[in-house]
Amino acid sequence: MKNKGVDKSKRQFLTSALTVVGAVGSGYLAIPFLAQMQPSVKAMAAGAPVEVDISKIETGQLIRVAWRGKPVWILNRTPEVLATLKTLDSELRDPLSNESNQPASSKNPGRSIKPEIFVAVGLCTHLGCSPTFRPEIAPNDLGEQWKGGFFCPCHGSWFDLAGRVYQGVPAPSNLEIPPYRYITDTRIIVGDSSEEKKA
Amino acid sequence: MKATRLSECGNWVLDRFPVSKFWNDHMAHYYAPKNFNFWYFFGSLALLVLVNQIITGILLTMNYKPDAKLAFDSIEYIMRDVPWGWLVRYMHSTGASAFFIVIYLHMFRGIMYGSFKHPRELIWIFGMLLFVALMAEAFMGYLLPWGQMSYWGAQVIISLFSAIPVIGDDLSLWIRGDYVIADATLNRFFAFHVIAVPLVLVMLVFMHIVALHEVGSNNPDGIEIKESKDPWGHPVDGIPFHPYYTVKDIVGVGVFLLFFATVIFYMPEMGGYFLEHANFIPADPMKTPEHIAPVWYFTPFYSVLRAIPDKFAGVIAMGGSIVVLFLLPWLDRCPVKSIRYRGGIFKKALFLFVVSFIALGYLGTQPVTPIATILARLFTTIYFGFFLLMPIYTRWEKTKTVPKSLTKDHSFEEQLHAIEEQIPALIKEITELKPVTTEIGHSAFKSSFFNRRPNPVGIRNVATRLAKKLIESLD
Repeated sequence: MKNKGVDKSKRQFLTSALTVVGAVGSGYLAIPFLAQMQPSVKAMAAGAPVEVDISKIETGQLIRVAWRGKPVWILNRTPEVLATLKTLDSELRDPLSNESNQPASSKNPGRSIKPEIFVAVGLCTHLGCSPTFRPEIAPNDLGEQWKGGFFCPCHGSWFDLAGRVYQGVPAPSNLEIPPYRYITDTRIIVGDSSEEKKA
Repeated sequence: MKATRLSECGNWVLDRFPVSKFWNDHMAHYYAPKNFNFWYFFGSLALLVLVNQIITGILLTMNYKPDAKLAFDSIEYIMRDVPWGWLVRYMHSTGASAFFIVIYLHMFRGIMYGSFKHPRELIWIFGMLLFVALMAEAFMGYLLPWGQMSYWGAQVIISLFSAIPVIGDDLSLWIRGDYVIADATLNRFFAFHVIAVPLVLVMLVFMHIVALHEVGSNNPDGIEIKESKDPWGHPVDGIPFHPYYTVKDIVGVGVFLLFFATVIFYMPEMGGYFLEHANFIPADPMKTPEHIAPVWYFTPFYSVLRAIPDKFAGVIAMGGSIVVLFLLPWLDRCPVKSIRYRGGIFKKALFLFVVSFIALGYLGTQPVTPIATILARLFTTIYFGFFLLMPIYTRWEKTKTVPKSLTKDHSFEEQLHAIEEQIPALIKEITELKPVTTEIGHSAFKSSFFNRRPNPVGIRNVATRLAKKLIESLD
């Protein structure tokens, strides 16, 4: 055996090759480790639609139903509320819901299929608290400018009774409207609509 | 010395495992500055609280059920049916708050005495990483009781991640493991809280202490004690950590435990600050409590979040309020470490910072009102001003001269000489006979007499008078 000394470039090559192989291997191993924290198949399957009877909701009343573990509000709006909603555009961030999340059927100023029945996911678009339903006008704690709406107690976001966000509050967009459709005049199904496309 | 069986056994171990070397390096022969004061209790207290959390935490896992259906009830079970369960749980929940009290004071000490400055930047960075890990640990632990505040607090904090553009929604989905906070979230938070984050914490504590013992502790005067050493190579201003500071820390531990026990036994909820009232109601995904606030130790940062009227900017500001702390060693340009020798502008700035931190903390516990929002914005500005303007105002600072060492620079001969010089004058005073005059109406019980501290001149006068009396009586 000849002793030509150490071939350092060969060693360097082997070291680099091993490093690369090791890094690629660790990278591949990281995928299952990280991916196993994704929602499970069971969690993904749990989003079944919910059928709601709306005939018992009185005018001005709000009910909450659970859909995919989230609160969904169904509000029967009064004619006065519908009249007020039309006057608020200048105070809102996105009055026409161009940058908000809703099905095409609800992409209108009142954000609903039928004007009086308002359906929305009751989670603030800021950090996911459930805003409180405050239909009264100018209560003491909210001040003169309050015209009835949803108030998020966590970070003080204001929404009107069409779930549209006011300007100058932390929430970036209007409340999300879930896909829903009418089965009959008095029954709706939340989480299922013939047209799933979001506007 | 005759080798006994026992010492032979001991040596057998020591030859294989250097316990005594470790002990000497880090305790008995680790020289710490001799002028540590009150503020230096909090490092060892943090370690004590960590041990408390680990032990009580292990005991709690023996009865706790990380399941959305069972979690809340299992806590009540621990509180009511498990022998001494209430004590273990209150020690753990109070320990969490105590941890933050101790850590905030520990960090304030570092800022005040410049302990983050060269050469201790890495100690500060490890410390900040510890702080972040501790916040993660506390946050995930708070979800476990599965009360209303647990649920909605976690909902808010996880939603913070969804504010990140592009990947935000997928990231928060990945953290939750479900579309909302659910059983999957609770179960993984339990895993993180009980094993993952504690391991990180212990590792970081180790790194924090190794880094500290490499460069040596700072002190209230901000003097590098390693720069002046005695002929044996020990710092002139240093004393061995053991027994001097182990004994000192035991006093700190005693006082701390007194307060700790008082809270555990008499006010474990601390008026809703340590355990929030809404958390005694089981989690309800349909309804947010009227007023939600994080536990007190997160409120300063939470206030910053609320002060900004934009989702993403708010999250950035909140993250920024913690990131700026990491940058502190490079923001402060003043070469002087300790506040004792620093200029008035830094003292004022630090005072304003402390005020704004406490004010933000208070505002974070309060509901949102227009006035509170304006105040929160003001204090947020001061908070960031303290850090971001630091490179400017610390450059103009008029500092005092920092002494080279804590011990006065007199050699023994000089001191002896100074005493010798005084001797003839003293002898003259003692031997010379003077008529003694007494003050009429002098009362030894005057209050001012007791307030006065003994001074060397006074003691010398008393000694002189006694000596004179002695000579008179001999005559």
